[in-house]
Amino acid sequence: MATLEIKDLHVSVGTDDGAKEILKGVDLTVRAGETHAIMGPNGSGKSTLSYAVAGHPKYEVTSGTVTLDGEDVLAMSVDERARAGLFLAMQYPVEVPGVSMSNFLRTAATAVRGEAPKLRTWVKEVKASMAELDIDPAFAERSVNEGFSGGEKKRHEILQLALLNPKIAILDETDSGLDVDALRVVSEGVNRFKASGETGVLLITHYTRILRHITPDFVHVFAGGRIVESGGSELADQLESGGYVKYTGEAAGV
Amino acid sequence: MTAAVEKSRGVPESSRAEWFTSYDVDAFEVPSGREEIWRFTPMKRIAGLHTGVAATGSAEVEVEAPTGVTVETVPRGDSRLGQGGVPADRVAAQAYSSFADATVLTVAADTRVEPVTVTVTGPGAGEVAYGHLQVRAERFAEAVVVIDHRGSGVYADNVEFVLADGAKLTVVSIQDWADDAVHISAHHARIGRDAVLRHTAITLGGNVVRLSPTAAFADRGAEVELNGIYFADAGQHFEHRTFVDHAVPNCTSNVVYKGALQGEDAHTVWIGDVLIRAAAEGTQTYELNRNLLLTDGARADSVPNLEIETGEIAGAGHASATGRFDDEQLFYLQARGIPEDQARRLVVRGFFHELLMKIQVPAVRERLEAAIEAELEAVGG
Ligand SMILES: Nc1ncnc2c1ncn2[C@@H]1O[C@H](COP(=O)(O)OP(=O)(O)OP(=O)(O)O)[C@@H](O)[C@H]1O
Ligand SMILES: [Mg+2]
Repeated sequence: MATLEIKDLHVSVGTDDGAKEILKGVDLTVRAGETHAIMGPNGSGKSTLSYAVAGHPKYEVTSGTVTLDGEDVLAMSVDERARAGLFLAMQYPVEVPGVSMSNFLRTAATAVRGEAPKLRTWVKEVKASMAELDIDPAFAERSVNEGFSGGEKKRHEILQLALLNPKIAILDETDSGLDVDALRVVSEGVNRFKASGETGVLLITHYTRILRHITPDFVHVFAGGRIVESGGSELADQLESGGYVKYTGEAAGV
Repeated sequence: MTAAVEKSRGVPESSRAEWFTSYDVDAFEVPSGREEIWRFTPMKRIAGLHTGVAATGSAEVEVEAPTGVTVETVPRGDSRLGQGGVPADRVAAQAYSSFADATVLTVAADTRVEPVTVTVTGPGAGEVAYGHLQVRAERFAEAVVVIDHRGSGVYADNVEFVLADGAKLTVVSIQDWADDAVHISAHHARIGRDAVLRHTAITLGGNVVRLSPTAAFADRGAEVELNGIYFADAGQHFEHRTFVDHAVPNCTSNVVYKGALQGEDAHTVWIGDVLIRAAAEGTQTYELNRNLLLTDGARADSVPNLEIETGEIAGAGHASATGRFDDEQLFYLQARGIPEDQARRLVVRGFFHELLMKIQVPAVRERLEAAIEAELEAVGG
């Protein structure tokens, strides 16, 4: 059973005025079969957490540990982390001009699965996954994310989730920028991924609307670079009505 | 979008309209290297091509021509030579004054032929040679000509493309020389009414390569594409100087050059001159140069230069950008499990993709893809 364990994680970014600490001791364990939601104000460090776990070179881990099934994630390169079973659906997916979506997906699947998928079954698999996410087949020949609308980019992040089938998926604001139909389609994609019960989801969001489609087992409030409160799904509803004032005040006081 | 260089206040000294041209080397002064057109070129490394070095050998020119193409070796007095254009710098004039005999390829009117391959092998290390090639596409002829430069030595030449009305000529000129080679080359195209020239320069190997493709429209309705791909490694100097001369109305030109550089003192230069003369109403032109710096210590110079002498143009623009490798792209690909070296290759291949897709000869395209991969392997990605 997959387990992602984050312990006392401190992360800094380099700025013109030297290193700036953004994560100030994050503790979180995500197990297979669980869905965790992280909610928190802008700039509280949610994306930083997801990038640090994925290994973005801009973010420096100054202390703490991250393990996946006991393996030291921080010692792995970005691609090793992905092959170990971590997946990050990005808040702002990157455009890669001149690299077709189909070439990209196949290269990624080959890397993650350890062998090139058989061409015939692969084509079927991609087509089916695209259809489930209401993605026009023409996208396969377009450059990765280039000129995609915000919603199209998010659908493609979930397409990659479906094809790469990781152990633990971190979804950074996958719901933002989606209209009602797209939100439903994308949520269904995430639920299909969860259905096996062998995968874990860490879902970062500002809004409870996605939590009506994807039911979280745990909700965490993120403020000032750490988790300041954890609870069940009822916590999300409190946040919806009460906002973060209570937490930002508290965080600022520390 | 439109960048205009006014002409009314007197002709700027550098105006292409005023450039001196001659077939005779002695009509040009020996350049010091400080002149605008030579200032990027490492004169010490060009083996005296600018000071009158004599030929000590010859380049081997092999032509594989399908039916419909006539191949001739002609003496310098042949009246057709020079119809494509006149040398505009001393080295081109030196080559014009020094070649022993010229190769002339003629694609017959109203025929469409299989690709023609011209292989030019340098004179050998330490040797100097001059050459001359002319490709003629008669009325409504359609052809693809691949000119493949390889080997060692010092070589200066002129290559002419003479397109009669309605001809469609695709040229791929590959400079894949050995590490010691010096190649200074002027390409001259004269493009007839409604004719189309698609010219791609691909420079991958050599010590110094300086290629100056010039396209001049003879009559209206014609179209030219000047494309370029270059990949410079440590110590290499690759220079491309394109010039499109719009002297007649209603012609279209598109210039796209893209380069990648890696290694200490890899140096590339792109100069993109476009001149839209007063008579050239309805001109449509665009030029673009992009450079990808893969490592520190490499340098790309990029100078677009658009001169417009008429207000009645359909469109004119240019863009130029030189940037480092995009770490965000690399991160995104790696975050999907793709190992770093493979991800780098994907990004660089993607960078060249639009130009590679324009090369309609699959064998040439595959060779280029392989060459680009090999360039990337060489530095260990
Ligand atoms: N490269 C950087 N240089 C300086 N500050 C940075 C850098 N990257 C992130 N930060 C800062 O770190 C803080 C956390 O940013 P992060 O993107 O993690 O927030 P977030 O919780 O995801 O916000 P949002 O809800 O807006 O997505 C912000 O104050 C941000 O400005
Ligand atoms: Mg964020």
